[in-house]
Amino acid sequence: MSFMIPEKDWFKAPDKGEKSWIAIGFIWCLVLFFSMPIWHIYGKQNSSSESYRVKPEDFSARVMKFVETNSIGKDGNTPIVQPKPGGHAYVMGGGYIWYPILKLKKGNEYILHISSTDYQHGFSLQGEAGINMNFQILPGYDHVLKITPTTSGTFNIVCNEFCGARHHVMTGKILVED
Amino acid sequence: MSSIAGFLKGNFLPGQSRSCDTTGLPVCNTASLYIRLNAVIAVVSLLIGAIAAILIALTRWPAVHLLPAEWFYRFLTVHGFNMLIFWIIFLEIGILYFVATTLLNSRLFSKAIAAISFALMLIGMIMVNAMIFTGQADVLFTSYVPLMAHPLFYLGIILFAVGALLGVANFFLTIHIARRDKTYEGPFPLVVFGAITAAVIAVVTILHGAVVLIPTLLWSAGLLETIDPGFYRVVWWGLGHMSQQINVAAMISVWYFMFSLIVGAKPLNHAVCRGAFILYILFINLASAHHLLVDPGVSTEWKIWNTSYAMYLAVLASMLHGFTVPGALEVAMRKKGYRQGLFGWLAAAPWSNPGFSGVFMAMVMFGFIGGITGVTIGTEQISIITHNTLKLPAHFHGTVVAGTTLTFMALAYYVVPLIFQKDWYAKGLLRLQPYIFAIGIFTVIIGMQFAGSAGIPRRHWDISFAGTPIPITPMESGWLALVGIGGVIAFLGLLIFLLATVATVFFGRSNKGRPMEDWGGVKDISAGAGTWTKEDDHKTPGTWALVMILLTCFVVYFFANWKALADVWWVH
Repeated sequence: MSFMIPEKDWFKAPDKGEKSWIAIGFIWCLVLFFSMPIWHIYGKQNSSSESYRVKPEDFSARVMKFVETNSIGKDGNTPIVQPKPGGHAYVMGGGYIWYPILKLKKGNEYILHISSTDYQHGFSLQGEAGINMNFQILPGYDHVLKITPTTSGTFNIVCNEFCGARHHVMTGKILVED
Repeated sequence: MSSIAGFLKGNFLPGQSRSCDTTGLPVCNTASLYIRLNAVIAVVSLLIGAIAAILIALTRWPAVHLLPAEWFYRFLTVHGFNMLIFWIIFLEIGILYFVATTLLNSRLFSKAIAAISFALMLIGMIMVNAMIFTGQADVLFTSYVPLMAHPLFYLGIILFAVGALLGVANFFLTIHIARRDKTYEGPFPLVVFGAITAAVIAVVTILHGAVVLIPTLLWSAGLLETIDPGFYRVVWWGLGHMSQQINVAAMISVWYFMFSLIVGAKPLNHAVCRGAFILYILFINLASAHHLLVDPGVSTEWKIWNTSYAMYLAVLASMLHGFTVPGALEVAMRKKGYRQGLFGWLAAAPWSNPGFSGVFMAMVMFGFIGGITGVTIGTEQISIITHNTLKLPAHFHGTVVAGTTLTFMALAYYVVPLIFQKDWYAKGLLRLQPYIFAIGIFTVIIGMQFAGSAGIPRRHWDISFAGTPIPITPMESGWLALVGIGGVIAFLGLLIFLLATVATVFFGRSNKGRPMEDWGGVKDISAGAGTWTKEDDHKTPGTWALVMILLTCFVVYFFANWKALADVWWVH
């Protein structure tokens, strides 16, 4: 019985069947493990290792400058900003909004900087055709993602990390044209 | 007690112990008292957590959308703390006291430590709940800085943790006096070994809690300027994720215990089962990285090594238990004469015994739902399409609710008659209870799983985003409706359990001096079933079929998620 003191000769090598299952299990564990480095070599979707410390006010200043130089219009009160393909783009989370709205070109890579001016946020990109990508955003950290839109249309950004009483109204937008 | 194999003379003081009228095992009176106290508060926490659960589920069901936003987040905080921490840890302290005394033929080391431990945990629990209900801790379970709660909230968690640590110390000291007084001879029983595993993980968990929560308390009290959110996340998850690994070790010990108690199952191989527990101690802590896979500030190498528990050695441990627990059951059933085909032993199992059905369903759902989804969404890159979506709660409701909570309810069907010495009311209804609860929670999980696959966030009051034109398909609303409907069914199952437990514990018929009313075991029909050889002790064809089905599901789910990942934008 499992709750009784075992017999004196309790220590025995695994039986043939048990050994086989250990071997199968271990091989599967290796498959699980090596899938990650292999995807870093051949896969197109990998999390970024690049991030920098940044003071929220400094990040905010960089975002304002980015908006000033690249703004092409407005949607309500929120500026629409078109960065150069291959260039830097900024999104700032804070005050229950993602700021500004980005306009990108499909198939081009952008160096996207995301940070927060107040609490932790979840940058969750939502779009048609089942597109859903999520990144954690922390105040004080510039999270750098080299990102290439592969589909076009209007994509919404929602916040999926609780950031206060009005967390659920925190949204933003990325427009992608062909 | 010397008639029980391995037991020598116990170290009980005169009049301070009894012999169980059902099993003949010794019961220490002090341990028994504190097992009961901890179990009662555990059940109170379960009730608070369950009321919060049904309110949350009915809010996420779009057609009902019950609570206002403020109270939704507040009840979510209540739900997290009462279910993940209070219900489970109170009960686990009770389990540790039981295991160290009854299974090792020893008295509890200290009544004073047990009293102080219980008092601190209770005060902590009341403080945390009071702060949340009065709106001074709307920070959710994770309380990520710089969201700030009232200092008494953090102090409450710390007091609770210190109390729990004292309970764990009392457990280790009890084992120490059992060994010193030679109350038994030989190695630990497997269930004790598993409980020690849980206790070791608990100590490491609580130390992480101290490292992160003491500075946070000081910060909240204005004595410290800032807490780095990246630092907070790394260390907090050493508390948040690991506290759930205490459950895994405790739950698997209970599986071994229950199958022994009900069917007479023996471990297939002590070395394998114990080795698997040791793998948990060594590697399971690394899983706190699961929460940081799309975080800034941590490197790719750090993520891959840690999220994989050092090449998945803790997953290997779970796969071993997933083989040896049903394997032990199969061998015990076959030995009793149920040898027909692959699954004759399973068909003849005592399905109307809620202790058995609860544990068996918990085992299946833990493995097939909790295990497979957990490993998959904890893969570095796959986190990009799952992080903070409803797939996350789908995973841990598979482990903590369908696994641990169902297991502990099944255990209660024996704790109440054996420790509280009361025979159950409403036994007919209770035989159905594990099934009702399992169907409910399974429905909740399916709803969360598919809603999460569509990108719907967890911890979110309103997916119509306060009127912003974000399209929500009828299909997605449908999955969320399942969360609500399943929540109602699971709540009903829980209510049956809670009402029956309260009625029985306080007003039930005493069974002192006689064996408990049995739930029903398995008749031995081996007389006409042919001879049993030594090789038969390891023959488990039915279990092999089950684990191969599990592995197939695992492979399919794992690669399906890679396929889904390959369809999203490029990022690096």
